[in-house]
Amino acid sequence: MSPALEVAHLSYEYPDGTVALRGVELTVSDGERVAVLGPNGAGKTTLMLHTNGLLRASEGRIAVAGTELDDKTLPQIRQRVGMVFQDPDDQLFMPTVSDDVAFGPANAGLPPDQVDERVSRALAEVGMLEVRERPPHHLSMGQRRRVAIATVLAMDPQLLVLDEPSSNLDPASRREVAEVLVGLGRTMLMVTHDLPYAAQLCPRSVILSDGRVVADGSTLELLSDAGLLRRHRLELPYGFDPATLTA
Amino acid sequence: MTAQGATTLRDRARRTLGDHSRGHETGERLYIAGDTPIHRMPAHVKLLAALLTILIIVATPPQSYGAFAGYGLIVAAAVALARIPPRTVLTRMVVEVPFIVFAVLMPFVATGPRVAVGPLLLSEPGMLAAWALVAKATLGVVISILLGATTTTADMVAGLRRLHAPDLLVQIFASMIRYIHVVGAEAARMARARRARGFSAAGPRSWPVLGRSLGTLFIRSYERGERVHLAMLSRGYTGTMPQLHPDPAVGPGAWLTAAALPAAAAGVLLASAALGGGR
Repeated sequence: MSPALEVAHLSYEYPDGTVALRGVELTVSDGERVAVLGPNGAGKTTLMLHTNGLLRASEGRIAVAGTELDDKTLPQIRQRVGMVFQDPDDQLFMPTVSDDVAFGPANAGLPPDQVDERVSRALAEVGMLEVRERPPHHLSMGQRRRVAIATVLAMDPQLLVLDEPSSNLDPASRREVAEVLVGLGRTMLMVTHDLPYAAQLCPRSVILSDGRVVADGSTLELLSDAGLLRRHRLELPYGFDPATLTA
Repeated sequence: MTAQGATTLRDRARRTLGDHSRGHETGERLYIAGDTPIHRMPAHVKLLAALLTILIIVATPPQSYGAFAGYGLIVAAAVALARIPPRTVLTRMVVEVPFIVFAVLMPFVATGPRVAVGPLLLSEPGMLAAWALVAKATLGVVISILLGATTTTADMVAGLRRLHAPDLLVQIFASMIRYIHVVGAEAARMARARRARGFSAAGPRSWPVLGRSLGTLFIRSYERGERVHLAMLSRGYTGTMPQLHPDPAVGPGAWLTAAALPAAAAGVLLASAALGGGR
């Protein structure tokens, strides 16, 4: 079986000449949850935007579930990669929650009854069926984040890509979103600098620093390597000791 | 999810739903919930009827004073039928103020023969033009208020699309409605941050600061627009919005009801023309 995501020799330079990625190598197997850790400016979001072709690499290749990303496969890849952006207000652009969740499947050309079924199923998966007909701006931040996840679940993606899923959440919402994500049982690539969240959700992590993957391994092992973290400007929050967590 | 987690979620959902169960809390700023023939009228039919009526009013010669009185009665009847409180209509008519200010200036600045009104010497064509401006603008504004108060924004967007309004404009309109709260909240946060550092918006000295804030707000909104576009592309957007709700069938009954307003206006115009060539 081909891996859910294959990134090889991926390099990217922004139009202003800033080099963001320098030969990134990353393979995510089916069913894995992988965190991409790194300080601000390491290229995490740039890498994320490549996984569904929103940015196109100057060098290297990307394949999703065995399909190479190119101009022809772009629409197909976008249906396969469910991308959840950091700010739910960017993700939720339709007047009501149900319309927003329906947007992806409707674009895929599904008939209305199937779109409806997808909407109900996706909202049920994140526990948000109750807010179905509400406008997004009347939801709490945690609710918005869960609805944002539902908008891509409705497309039945083979890979979920999440940008800082814990940002701006209070501790209870943060836990609820974590429970939802683990409960989905889907392949996931999670971009974050929230190290405890990575430890909680992702058995495997890679560290992206200055556009390169500098470490790839068990999240607990990486987080226990104080020297490695320090070299790449990563820090555990005060009082957090990875040694107390069991793999 | 744990049982406890699920209970908390349900409680929270119930609480939030309770908070927003009233009509004016559904994200609508202008819509006043109701169940009148005007509320039930399909949005695209209503839009067309309102547009036609306004066109007839605008085409009326200013001297047809009787016709304007007739329009006034028709529009007032429609407002009463929709059960929109007159006080609400009056408060919302504030948007017309700039036009009225302009109209008041016209008799002073217009050329042509002048007549004495009290101590003032006013231009006669100017007075006529001012009257026409006020009368037509007022009627148009009241019809628009009626439209806004009886149509939800979502229906309005669907109605415009169904009337084949340019797709790009309809999409821009829809995202404006979605993001007006987001941008408004951003502006409010910026205003609070300014006040927190001792700024007060008094006098021309504050204008450069307000100008720069407006620029910042524009840039932030522009960047948000780019991010929203990326999110749309990620979910398969290719330039057109999918139609998520089938258009409800519209029978001849709805068209006939809607036609009553422009038909009455047209009747008034014809009657006034017949009864003295508009003079």
